[in-house]
Amino acid sequence: MPQKQTGNAAIDVDADGFMTNLSQWTRDIAAALAKEEGIAELTAVHWKVLEYMQKEFKENGAVPTVRKINKSGLISTKELYEIFPGGPAKKAARIAGLAKPVGCV
Amino acid sequence: MEDKIKKVSIIISKGTLDGVYAGLLMANGARMEGIEANLFFAFFGLDAIIKKRMGKIKVATVGNPGMHMASLLGVLPGMSAMATSMMLKTMGKLDIPPVPEFIEMAADAGCKLYACKVSVDMFKLKKEDFCPQVDSIITVGDFYEKAAGGHIIFT
Repeated sequence: MPQKQTGNAAIDVDADGFMTNLSQWTRDIAAALAKEEGIAELTAVHWKVLEYMQKEFKENGAVPTVRKINKSGLISTKELYEIFPGGPAKKAARIAGLAKPVGCV
Repeated sequence: MEDKIKKVSIIISKGTLDGVYAGLLMANGARMEGIEANLFFAFFGLDAIIKKRMGKIKVATVGNPGMHMASLLGVLPGMSAMATSMMLKTMGKLDIPPVPEFIEMAADAGCKLYACKVSVDMFKLKKEDFCPQVDSIITVGDFYEKAAGGHIIFT
């Protein structure tokens, strides 16, 4: 399994750079991944979304879609695209240490 | 490897469920990849952005080999409504929203929505007939300007 040096830790990632072992995830790793995704700093709103996505993944076994995140009332679709520019579903999932989302929505 | 796609301009010219969803999925999908997206609604595609019609888009059950059903059966009253309802239920399970919600989602994701002027004039429509997510009514020349430098997809 490809390993990657992120910050001070080595994490297991797949070919697309998504973490394959959620137990290796830490907030520091998230911050480092965020910088790679072009997000200089993770704010409270970012963390809210990341934590929600991790919770959903643990409960349902799947990364939530943009529609689901919007419907949770946590954040509007517009704001989601603002804080994760260039593709919130994929970027947020990667930063949260989750697998690449498989849906088309 | 070719350069990543940076912009797509998608034309929706059909007023059927499959026609409209094809375009919306492509546009929303583009935004999810950080690709700039324009949607251009023309002819019967306008139904997807007309306030009174956007919640009533149906799937064709007559002359539609894709239905895997004889047209003689598809002609019966209620068949189209039933096929549409079944399809919407299946799509709902995949978290694909109904058309009005999908239009809102695409617009919130940064997709631009335009109505084709020729079609608007043909059907004698006005800006007020359209949902608020529509940016403007434009000509084909305007469309080509907006699509410049990107890919054009006709659905």
